[in-house]
Amino acid sequence: MEPRTLPRTLFEKIWDEHVVAQEEGCPSVLYVDLHLVHEVTSPQAFAGLRARGLRVRRPEKTVATMDHSTPTTAGLRVLDDQARAQLETLAKNCADFGVRCYGLGDQRRGIVHVMGPELGLTQPGMTIVCGDSHTATHGAFGALAFGIGSSEVEHVLATQCLLQRRPTTLEVRVDGTLAKGVTAKDLILAVIARIGVDGGTGAVIEYTGTAIRGLDMEARMTVCNMSIEAGARAGLIAPDDLTFQYLERREFAPQLADWDAAVKKWRTLRSDDGARYDVSVTLDGNALAPMITWGTNPGQGMPITGSVPDARLAADEKALRYMDLEPGKPLVGRAIDVVFVGSCTNGRIADLRQAARILDGRHVAKGVRTLVVPGSHAVKKQAEAEGLDRIFLDAGAEWREPGCSMCIAMNGDQLEPGQYAVSTSNRNFEGRQGRGGRTFLASPLTAAAAAVTGRVTDPRALL
Amino acid sequence: MKKVELIRSRCNPLLVDDVDTDQIIPARFLKTTGRAGLGAQLFADWRGARFDATSDARVLLAGNNFGCGSSREHAVWALADFGFEAVIARSFADIFRANALKNGLLPVAVDADVHRFLVATPSADVTIDVARATLILPDDEEVAFPLDPFARQCLTQGVDELEYLRRHETAIAVWEARHG
Repeated sequence: MEPRTLPRTLFEKIWDEHVVAQEEGCPSVLYVDLHLVHEVTSPQAFAGLRARGLRVRRPEKTVATMDHSTPTTAGLRVLDDQARAQLETLAKNCADFGVRCYGLGDQRRGIVHVMGPELGLTQPGMTIVCGDSHTATHGAFGALAFGIGSSEVEHVLATQCLLQRRPTTLEVRVDGTLAKGVTAKDLILAVIARIGVDGGTGAVIEYTGTAIRGLDMEARMTVCNMSIEAGARAGLIAPDDLTFQYLERREFAPQLADWDAAVKKWRTLRSDDGARYDVSVTLDGNALAPMITWGTNPGQGMPITGSVPDARLAADEKALRYMDLEPGKPLVGRAIDVVFVGSCTNGRIADLRQAARILDGRHVAKGVRTLVVPGSHAVKKQAEAEGLDRIFLDAGAEWREPGCSMCIAMNGDQLEPGQYAVSTSNRNFEGRQGRGGRTFLASPLTAAAAAVTGRVTDPRALL
Repeated sequence: MKKVELIRSRCNPLLVDDVDTDQIIPARFLKTTGRAGLGAQLFADWRGARFDATSDARVLLAGNNFGCGSSREHAVWALADFGFEAVIARSFADIFRANALKNGLLPVAVDADVHRFLVATPSADVTIDVARATLILPDDEEVAFPLDPFARQCLTQGVDELEYLRRHETAIAVWEARHG
């Protein structure tokens, strides 16, 4: 460990605090403050505990929800036997091991990365893990949060610790002010297009700069969420007054007398002046435009006003073939079949407000299926209190129950082969939203604009 | 975990960069609660076209950034269940690499020259000597590859990480007492 007098980055402060043990030549034993669990990546881990005769070491630091395999239809009836078995397995595992589980029917339930922050479980300075690569979302609060495999889920259940080599640090600095119609989603798609899908490998990203500071908490979550799409272990944003305002009086946030002490400590969670990052990258926030992906990984993106680029790499050629796109042609104007608004990237209330802003008083184009899927029951309730559900329904969109839905297409919400979607989710991989389906990733504004026109559309024309 | 010391096989080439775990095992197969039998769905949507499922090679030869995307360990279980013991690639995504090592599937990262050589000679045997973290090419040239010394010890001695972690029980309790 470095002497305390040296300036440290935010990541280093959190890391140093959580190292339980460090043997020569071995990875660090890192303590985990919050372990989030869902139905897809946990059954094998609980089975492992049973096989070894172990218990969950700190069940009160473990919280489960159901999101991936769950239906988003009214009534939440599970029609798929395999999905039902998976959900029942999670419920039984949580009951047997004394872990809180927000299952189907629970009003606290939501996509794991929407639920954690909105319940105040996610707090600055914590280490947070989940068997899910989008765990980086929680980094928006200045928590070191990253995805792990099921073996590691078992490790954390059993010991509340993980074995980790210390990652490197990558500063992504974005200064300036985002122009009208440019959102956090566009910012992060621009970052990934710039550094590439493996640009963050081995690193924890810290997002800094005035454009990042200017984002509200939900927008910061959108940015941190997609850190993994650049290959990074995690993404972090130092907490500030906006963070504290967001968390105050949330159910599991520190209460009353504890609150002031917590905020005092959280205020120390920022990179010291003079702290060094291994690598720094700078983007001009003023110059950003709405972004859209044209390919089959999240790094294959461009400003929506651009033309599909020439294939420079074999991967580009493969992507263009799968997407059935021609280089040199614009994407704007291209007919689409489906619009998906939702996911842990863009399924929060601010995202739904963006989509509603475009859809208010307009109608979805004929033949376009538009799904709006809130990220949690709390988001759904809030949207309904604001009348957003009426806007969506009046526009001819589907207003569904919360879950991961068409982001991962495990629950029956999926594209048909050959269909094109504009999606607010995080992955445009081949078949990600349904076998043979083709995904253009974009912001909720851009997705809603496409729903209205039935074509890829620059949302600024409709604002 | 079973010991992994020596792997000798020819390569099954899958020469695509940025292979994500959704390709390795599509999400529709993740509704299982077990880890066995996933090999039958390995590269389910790439069979015939990009992935030769008829090859009995036990080493997969891939491109850059293999295993990016989702953290699903099912990807590693599927590769191992299919019969793969190692993946040779230009580079690996972090979570995939960690998952692979925990299941005795060896991630072997090689430079562009070695990669080019292997691509040109897929039907010749390569040998992976885990204890020496060395790849022995068909022409007997030896190439070192990066392998975390701790992971190497776990692989060659058949020790699993959870047992190592559990030996730190006292330190964990001390940390918890200090942090509440």
